[in-house]
Amino acid sequence: MRTVRRALPRGLHHDETIVVSAPTYDLGKLHGGLRLPSHKQGSAAKAIVDVPVPPQLMLPVEQHVGHPAQPVVAVGDTVLKGQLLAEPDGELGAPVHASSSGKIVAIEPWPVSRRLGDKAPCIVIECDGRDQPMPAIASEDYTSQTPADLLLRILDGGIVGLGGAVFPTAQKLMQARTCETEFLILNGVECEPYISCDDVLMREHATEILSGAQVLLHALQVDTCFIAVESDKPEAIARLEEVLSDINDERIVLKLVPTIYPSGGEDQLVQLVTNREVPSGGLPTDVGCIVQNVGTAAAVHDWILRNEPLISRVTTITGDGVASPVNVRARIGTPVEKVIQHAGGYTELARHLIIGGPMTGKSVTTDDVPVVKASNCVLVVSTPPFKGKELACIRCGDCAAVCPVQLLPQQLSWYARADDEEKLREFGLTDCIECGCCDLVCPSHIPLTADFRIAKGRIRELADEKARAERARQRFEARNQRLVQEREEREAELARQKQSAKSAGPAAIAEILKRKQQARKDDSA
Amino acid sequence: MWIAVITIAGIALIAGVALSYAHGRLPAGKGDLVEQINDLLPQTQCAQCGYPGCRPYAAAVVDGSAEINLCPPGGDSTVRRLARLLGKDVLPLAAATEPAVAVIDESACIGCYHCRNACPVDAIVGAPHFMHTIIESECTGCELCVAPCPVDCITMRPLS
Repeated sequence: MRTVRRALPRGLHHDETIVVSAPTYDLGKLHGGLRLPSHKQGSAAKAIVDVPVPPQLMLPVEQHVGHPAQPVVAVGDTVLKGQLLAEPDGELGAPVHASSSGKIVAIEPWPVSRRLGDKAPCIVIECDGRDQPMPAIASEDYTSQTPADLLLRILDGGIVGLGGAVFPTAQKLMQARTCETEFLILNGVECEPYISCDDVLMREHATEILSGAQVLLHALQVDTCFIAVESDKPEAIARLEEVLSDINDERIVLKLVPTIYPSGGEDQLVQLVTNREVPSGGLPTDVGCIVQNVGTAAAVHDWILRNEPLISRVTTITGDGVASPVNVRARIGTPVEKVIQHAGGYTELARHLIIGGPMTGKSVTTDDVPVVKASNCVLVVSTPPFKGKELACIRCGDCAAVCPVQLLPQQLSWYARADDEEKLREFGLTDCIECGCCDLVCPSHIPLTADFRIAKGRIRELADEKARAERARQRFEARNQRLVQEREEREAELARQKQSAKSAGPAAIAEILKRKQQARKDDSA
Repeated sequence: MWIAVITIAGIALIAGVALSYAHGRLPAGKGDLVEQINDLLPQTQCAQCGYPGCRPYAAAVVDGSAEINLCPPGGDSTVRRLARLLGKDVLPLAAATEPAVAVIDESACIGCYHCRNACPVDAIVGAPHFMHTIIESECTGCELCVAPCPVDCITMRPLS
């Protein structure tokens, strides 16, 4: 494992001692990456705290990759905990369930944390405080179900990738079923600083995670599952080992990966665990792997074996802006403000609120935003993770050395600013995982990742425009073809009538006319 | 010397015949400039450029009879891309339009069928003497259906 020279993270203090234990399995190599101070001690030391149901829940209909879900409830309806609120629309999507019982008071735009725009349609529930669940349905034993049926059942649970990418789990599994998948990899790496929600989940709910892994193995009909955990989580590793020896399932193997950011990236983890490289523009299934977060596995367990859809998640509340960093289990839709109260509230250092980690999170301006399926961390800090005056690029090449996907960030940055779509594609912008390593090492403080995000958005927009133009062109051409065909048919019909009249001869025509006149006379008589 | 002249002329003749044969037989591929320009145009078929569709406009640009700034739905970005492709200077757009879709006021529609005939992309559905409506996802916002409507029940709604 190569180390990176003189990585000086800005805003991330450098005083902690970094313990790196040796990898214990035959691992692949990760290009670049950074050893970052973890900042996890504060929140990871405590047990998960349950946040009580707040008076109001705001549930965005779009908490996943794909189309927003379509509400199936109306304002004024009363709903029970776990009741379906919105159905997936289109091929890619996930349903949204009520996190508690109560009355729907509004379906309206509400501030949320997301890439584009600040507000998104939310279903607002006024909770009645009774937290009344849906009547229990006797669920079938999953081992007697066919994989296809089980996948459909997982789809109904509203489960999405809880690592932060929120790709609908069922669709990911279905896609993997169409390929030759050999390995299921459970991602418990959690390499980003500050975040410790997966760590505490593995410590407190290892049984659920492993049971979820068994469900996933059955749904995928795969025989090997690797659980990848970063080497700096000894307690989680010990707990997983203990449960593994209890359940005695030899399909599941624990693998340690070195503590280096971003080893928890999907493609990076596949490379580390199996030593197979995911091709550019490809998916892990191209090399026979499927990666699921450990939290997702636990959610699958909760849904399949306990009949509880994804209505809550574990979130890390941390940073120097909160009094007592902690991991909480909050209902989806709980306002961040209420969650922060459970971490002792703000300290006077609190200046910036970031949803997600310091590297990939998004900063928001209000704590009215709800906890959603994607929220793995709420970070309150005194100084933003990236600061410093932007200077000109000196072409030092540090960004290329740390890039885990072996891109050339400095080169891409020029092209992004020149809006040169062709070159951006050629230099592999679409493979950028937006990990933020290049930002961190840049001595000129160039906001590279931000530039790449914008450029990616533009490329996507352009592709959309192109697709629209192509569809319009096809419809235009189809219409022209139809018009030509109609005219030809009309002309052919006319010619046929002329021809038949000619072949019948004038005598026959006179005969027909006489018959018609006779008929008219009969009518009037 | 004559041997050299004859050899060179012979090679030129063979190459010429081969090239003209290839030109006639091989399909016009990506190298076709009209096709390339047409690919950059938004395909609204709105005729706002003064030509009866996107491809005729592309052909006119190649001829040199039309400037590259005549496509309002494409906007400045299309002008920029055309300029880059053709090595020309970027011109300001001759007339700008906001992206919009047509909307039929269905209570006022008399089912005259005129808009349906005008739509270049078949985005209007309806039968004679019945209410018509526009398939929003397919509407390119070309405005060609607005003028033929005898009861003025079609309006353009800007895309937010």
